[in-house]
Amino acid sequence: MTQLVVSDVSKRYGATVALDHVSLSVEAGSRVAVVGPSGSGKTTLLRIIAGFEAPDAGRVTLDGQVLADGPAIAPAHRRRVGYVAQDGALFPHLDVAGNLGFGLPRNAPDRADRLRELMEMVELDPAMLTRRPDELSGGQQQRVALARALARKPALMLLDEPFSALDTGLRETVRQAVGRVLSRAGITSILVTHDQAEALSFADQLAVMRDGRLVQSGRPDELYWRPHDSRTALFLGEGTLIEAEIGDGFVASPLGRLPAPTSGRRGCGTVLLRPEQIVLGPPRSEGPNAIVQSVSFGGSRCFAQLRLAAGETELLLTAQVESIRLPAVGAAVSVEIRGDAWLLPEADRHGGS
Amino acid sequence: MTVSLSIDASALPTLPLRRQRHLAGRAMLLLAGAVAFGALLPLGFILWIAIDTGWQTAFALIWRPRVGELLVNTLLLELCTLPPTILLAVALAWLTERSDLPGAKTFAWLTVAPLAVPAFVQSYAWVSLFPGFHGLPAAALISVLAYLPFLYLPVAAQMRRLDPALEHAAASLGHSPQRVVLQVVLPQLRLAICGGSLLVGLHLLAEYGLFALIRFDTFTTAIIDQFQSSYNGPAANMLAGVLVLSCLGLIVLEWLLRGTARYARLGSGAPRPAPRHRLGAWRLPSLALPLGFAMLSLGVPVLTLSRWLLAAGGAAWRQPALAQAVTETLGYAALGALAAAAAALPMAWLSVRSPGRASRVLEGCHSYLGALPGVVVALALVTVTVRIALPLYQTTATVILAYVLMFLPRALVGLRAGIAQVPVELERAAAALGRSPAGSLLAVTLPLAAPGVAAAMALVAMGVSTELTATLLLAPNGTRTLATEFWALTGELDYAKAAPYAVLMIFLSLPMTALLHAQTRKSLGA
Repeated sequence: MTQLVVSDVSKRYGATVALDHVSLSVEAGSRVAVVGPSGSGKTTLLRIIAGFEAPDAGRVTLDGQVLADGPAIAPAHRRRVGYVAQDGALFPHLDVAGNLGFGLPRNAPDRADRLRELMEMVELDPAMLTRRPDELSGGQQQRVALARALARKPALMLLDEPFSALDTGLRETVRQAVGRVLSRAGITSILVTHDQAEALSFADQLAVMRDGRLVQSGRPDELYWRPHDSRTALFLGEGTLIEAEIGDGFVASPLGRLPAPTSGRRGCGTVLLRPEQIVLGPPRSEGPNAIVQSVSFGGSRCFAQLRLAAGETELLLTAQVESIRLPAVGAAVSVEIRGDAWLLPEADRHGGS
Repeated sequence: MTVSLSIDASALPTLPLRRQRHLAGRAMLLLAGAVAFGALLPLGFILWIAIDTGWQTAFALIWRPRVGELLVNTLLLELCTLPPTILLAVALAWLTERSDLPGAKTFAWLTVAPLAVPAFVQSYAWVSLFPGFHGLPAAALISVLAYLPFLYLPVAAQMRRLDPALEHAAASLGHSPQRVVLQVVLPQLRLAICGGSLLVGLHLLAEYGLFALIRFDTFTTAIIDQFQSSYNGPAANMLAGVLVLSCLGLIVLEWLLRGTARYARLGSGAPRPAPRHRLGAWRLPSLALPLGFAMLSLGVPVLTLSRWLLAAGGAAWRQPALAQAVTETLGYAALGALAAAAAALPMAWLSVRSPGRASRVLEGCHSYLGALPGVVVALALVTVTVRIALPLYQTTATVILAYVLMFLPRALVGLRAGIAQVPVELERAAAALGRSPAGSLLAVTLPLAAPGVAAAMALVAMGVSTELTATLLLAPNGTRTLATEFWALTGELDYAKAAPYAVLMIFLSLPMTALLHAQTRKSLGA
C-alpha cells in the first residue's frame, strides 16, 4: 500500500520555479533517493514534506492524512515525520542524552532504557550519552541526529544530504550504518542527495530531479540502464551516446550491429553504452578496432577513452578497464559490446520531455 | 499486516491545515502586534492631546513668550553643544584609532568612560564645585562632557573600518595629507557623525536632571515644573507636543543630512587594517586633548565625589535610606529588564526569522520609542492611568510599563543579535521532533541566544537604575531609588549625603559602559 503521496506540487520563490508540478508516491517501508544537481528543487521538496515550507499548489498526504493542500499546511510538529539535516543540527546546549530525549516525554518511566536502546540502534556506545555534541566526530553526530529522529518512531524519515559533510571514507560506513538502521526499523525514508553513487546504492527507488521537475523515477538499475533522456543517462554514471540507425531489434552503429529493444521504431536514434559494456581485446582483422587515447586511473574504477575511426566519422568511447591490466596509451585494441544497447526514447531527440 | 496498516491509517486524526505567510509565525505576529499596539500608546497620547485641546486653546498655549523662550534655549543648546562635540569626538577618535598616540587604547577607554556617569551626576559634580556655574555656557559644557561618548563610539568604529586603500589612492593622485582627511576621510564619517549627533541631540531634548541642576530651562524641565506645580494640565501636554515635534525635526534633519550616497566598500576581500599615522613632534603635545577631556569629564566628578565623601565620613554610607534605595533600584532594574526583554522577544524573533513588510512596520512601532523623551512617555502614562485606569496610577506596574516603553528599542537590538546567532535549522529540528513553535523557542532558541539576551537585559537594567525623569513622575509615593533619592538630596543642597548615591549609580553603570565599548569593537572584529 502506498504511504506518502505527493501530487502535483509546485513552489516558486519570486521568479524562480523551485518545484514544477512534482508528483511522487512512496511505498510503505521503501527507501527512496531523490537525486539531482544543486538547484534542482530536491531540498525544497523535502522541506515541503517536513512542513518547513508551504507549497503554492498541490497536495501531500501521508497514510491518507493530509499534510499540505495548496498553501494550507499542517504544522511541522504535528506530522509524524522525522528529519535529519545536512550537519545533523544537534542542539549544542544539550548533551547527547538531552538531544536524544528531546522528542520523548520528559518523565517517561522507561526513558533511560529507551536512550540506551537508541544508542545501540545506531551502533554507538551508550557511554557517550553524557558527551556534548562538539565532543563527537562528524559521523557520530549524524548517528545521534538519526537516533534523535528515530526516538519518536516517525512514519517517514527525511534525510537531507546527511552524508555530504563527512569525509569520503567515513561517508560510506555511515551511509551503510544508516541504511541498516532504517531497514531494521522498517521506516519509510527519503534521502536527498546530489551524489548519484550514494543515491544508487542507498535506494530501492530512485527519483531524478532537474530544474524543479521530476524527470524519472523507478528502480535504481532500471534508471541506470534505461534512462528517459541523455542528461539523466549521463547524470547517473559514465556512458557513451552514439547516433545509430534503428533496425528491428537491433541498431546499426559504427560499432556494428548492436542488439537493442527497438519496439518498432524506425529511422535514427541515440543509444547509450555504459563503460562496463565495452570490453577491450587484442586487435583483430575483423570487427571494430580502436586506439586508446587516454587512461584515467581511479583505483578500483578505471576508464579508458577510445577513439574509433569508422568511415569519415570519429567516435569517442568510454570503456571500463581493469586496474591490473591497464591498456597502454596509443595501443590498438579490439572492441566488443556486452549486453543490449539502450535506445533513448524519441522525445529526447527533439528536446521535449 | 496490510489489514492492520489500513486500520491504522483510518484511525489517524485529521491535522489542522493553515495558510501561513510566515510559517509558525502567527502567534508571534499576534504577540508582536500586541506589543506594538502598546508601544503606540505615547504616540496616541500626543495625537489625542492635539485633537482634544482644539486649535484655539492649543494656539493660545503654544503662542506664548514662554514657549518661544524655551525654543530659543533649546536651539541655542543644540547649536552650542553639537558642533564642539562633533569636532572633539572626531579629533579624539582620530588620535585614539589612527595615530601613534602613546596609550591610545587606554585613552579610548577613558573617552567612553563618561557614559558611566549619569548626566545629572556630571551636572551635580560641576555645580557643587562651582556653585555659580549656570546658564547656557554651563549647560553646553556639561552636555559635551556627558554626551561625547555617544558620538565618539560610532565615529571611532567607522575610523577603524575605513579602508586605507582609499587614502592611499587619494595620496597617489596628488592630494596632500590635509586634503586627504578633508576629502576622503571626513565624508566617510558622515553616517557615523549624523547618527551620533542625532543621539546626542535627542538626549539634549530629553534630559531633565542635568539642566534642572544648573537652572537652564528646556522643554523637559519646563514640563516637569509645570507638572509639579499644576499637576497634569493642558499646558504641560502642549509643551510635550512641542517637544515631540522638536524630536521629529531633529530626525528629519538627520535624515536630510545623511543623504543617500553609498559608503560601503566597493570590491571584494577584507580591508587591510589601517596603519597609524606618525604624530612626530606632536606626539606628546597631542596628549593634551584626551587628557584634558578625561580630566574634565571624569576628574571633576571623581574630585567632587571624593571631596564630599571625605567631608561626610562614614556617616554618608550609614544612611538607612541608602540600603533601601539600593534594594528598590535593583528590584526595579530586574523587573524592568525582564519585562522589557519579554516584550521585545516576539518582535526580535520575527525580525530575524521572517523579515518582510509586516515585520518592518511592527519593528518601526517598537523602535520609534527610542527617539521619544522619557517625560513624554511618563505624561502619556499619567494621563491614561488617571483617565482610564485610576487604580493603576502611581503603581509599580505603571513604572515598569514606562521602563518597558523607554527601553524597548534597547532590548530589541540585543535580543535580535542573540537570536540571529541561533541557526534556523535547530528550530526546524525541534519542530520535526514534535515541539510547537513556542516550545522550540523556549527549549532551543532562548538557551542558545542567552548571551545576547543577558546583554540586552543588562543594558535595560542599567538604564533603569539611573532613570530619573519617568520615575519622578510615575513612582508610587515613598518610592526610593538611587536616582530619586539622589535627586531629593541635591534638591535640599545636601551634596554630602547625595555623594554615596552618585557613586553607586556610577558603579552600576560601569558594566554597561564596558559592554558598549566591547560590543562596538567586537562588531568590527577588532
